[in-house]
This record gives sequence, C-alpha cells and structure tokens, in this order.
Amino acid sequence: MRWMWIDRILEHVPGERMVAIKGVSLSEVHLYDHFPADEGEGGRDAEPVMPASLILEGCAQTAGLLSGHMRDFKEKVLLAKIAKARLEREAAPGQTLRYTATLVRLDNAGALTTIAIDLFPEPGAPAVPIGEAEIVFSHADKNMSGIELPEENFVFGETFTTLLTSSGVTIPD
Amino acid sequence: MTRDEIFDKVQETLVDALGVDDDEVTPEAVLTRDLEAESIDFLDIVFKLEQAFGFKIEQGELFPDNVAQDPDYVQDGKVTPKGIATLRERLPHVDFTAFEADPQVAKVGDIFTVNALVNFVERKLSQTAGA
Repeated sequence: MRWMWIDRILEHVPGERMVAIKGVSLSEVHLYDHFPADEGEGGRDAEPVMPASLILEGCAQTAGLLSGHMRDFKEKVLLAKIAKARLEREAAPGQTLRYTATLVRLDNAGALTTIAIDLFPEPGAPAVPIGEAEIVFSHADKNMSGIELPEENFVFGETFTTLLTSSGVTIPD
Repeated sequence: MTRDEIFDKVQETLVDALGVDDDEVTPEAVLTRDLEAESIDFLDIVFKLEQAFGFKIEQGELFPDNVAQDPDYVQDGKVTPKGIATLRERLPHVDFTAFEADPQVAKVGDIFTVNALVNFVERKLSQTAGA
C-alpha cells in the first residue's frame, strides 16, 4: 500500500491540470515528532506541522497522476528530480493544502510539471498561496536501459485507483 | 538570433536547471564534470531548452541513447571507430576531436559541453527557419 499524501482530486483537465487537496490531521502520528515540545531550559511548546518533504510528496502524487493519465497509466512514472521547491508557510492540523499541478511538457522520456501550493488556513477562508514546485518525472522503462524493472506497473497501484475513482476521475481501460 | 544571444539563453537555462552560477557556464564547461549534471538533469535540460527556444527535441536528438549498450559500438570499455562514426552522424553539434584520442566509454559524457548545446540550438533554429 502506498502512503497517500492527497485526499481527493477536485479537478482534472487531462493533459493540462490536476487540482488535489490534503487535509492535515492531528491523527497523523509523524506530527508528534515534527516538532515535539522541548522541555529543557528555555524550552518551547510542541509545534505539530506538516513536514515540507511530505508536502512535496503530495505535489509529486498530484503531478504524477496528471502525467500518468496521459499514457493511460501504462508508463512507470517515477519522480526523477525536484527542480525547484519553495514553501513560505507551515501547514498545521485543521488546515487544508491544495496542489494545482500543470503539465508543462510530456514526451516519451518523461514529463515536466509545475505545482502551485495553496493553504486554506481555516474552514471557509480563502486559499492563500504558500509556495510552488517544479518536478521532472521519468518514464522508467524508456530511461533505464540495462536495468530490469518488474513488468507490472508498481507506480500506479490500487491506492491510486481508489483515489481516482472516489474523486470521479475516469481511468482509461 | 545571434550565437551570443543563443549562448545567453542556454546559459540561463543551465543556471536554472543545474543551480550553477552564470560564470560557471562557460562555452568549454562540460555538463557532467564541470557543472555536475546527472543523467536525469539531461531530461530537464531538454525540456527547458524546448521552452526557451520554442522547438521540440526528439529523444536521442540532443543526447544519444543506447549507444553504450551496443557491442558493435563499444568494446573493452572503449567506443569503437564505428561507434564514433554513428555518434558523429547522430550528433552533428558535438566536437569529437578530443574524445577520439581517448574514446573511453566512461568519458563519453565529456563531449557534452555548453558549446555543444549552443551548436545544437543554432542548427535547430536554422533548420526551423529554413523549413
């Protein structure tokens, strides 16, 4: 099972754009370590915030699905490079992140995507832009000659299928 | 577009793709050795050059694929004369003079200099203009 860092896809324009959201929840156990209270001298209170690395994973999952859909999820779309990433603000439990991925370029070798990261600081509040990323994906079978990869597509497994169908995105046969 | 203008745009592209400084991107700089480009950066560079210049680059057109895996082209860790001839034909933007003197496969990355990219763009733009 894949660790999912998006909860739902809100919008999908094939070949152009995918918008997904992620609700940050205090039940995510890693938040207890990120960051715990420091009880030492001059210590501070706990500050549970979503790790930036996992925000980037959410960006990659959104952009990866957008790219994978273009080849009917037959390609093994692997994150090859985070070309750029900028985050200006933390995301705390109770807040919602929104990733808007745009497909800049796709060819046989891979894809170039950009992702805008927004935060809904509280329910009903308008979204605030908090960062952006640029991610390059590689179509593994086309770029790793000499390295044997499993035939089955280990990238787009059942968890992604569930996310897509529960979000109303049609999966090509 | 003049060669200087092309160089400036290629330089900007490499600064963006590889996180290097302007002054590191000299015409002679080797993408791998001097600018620390890794294999996956080549895909990023291709995409960014396409964006910067508004043309499409086919796979294998700028950087070769699969030559190093073909026993006809590589023997005992060296690229054969036939391999060099094939590379030269496929990559007319690359200067093979230095590589031919010591054609070790491990050094094949050295042929990709900033100049080679500028040559590639120059050829590509003139073809587009002529089409």
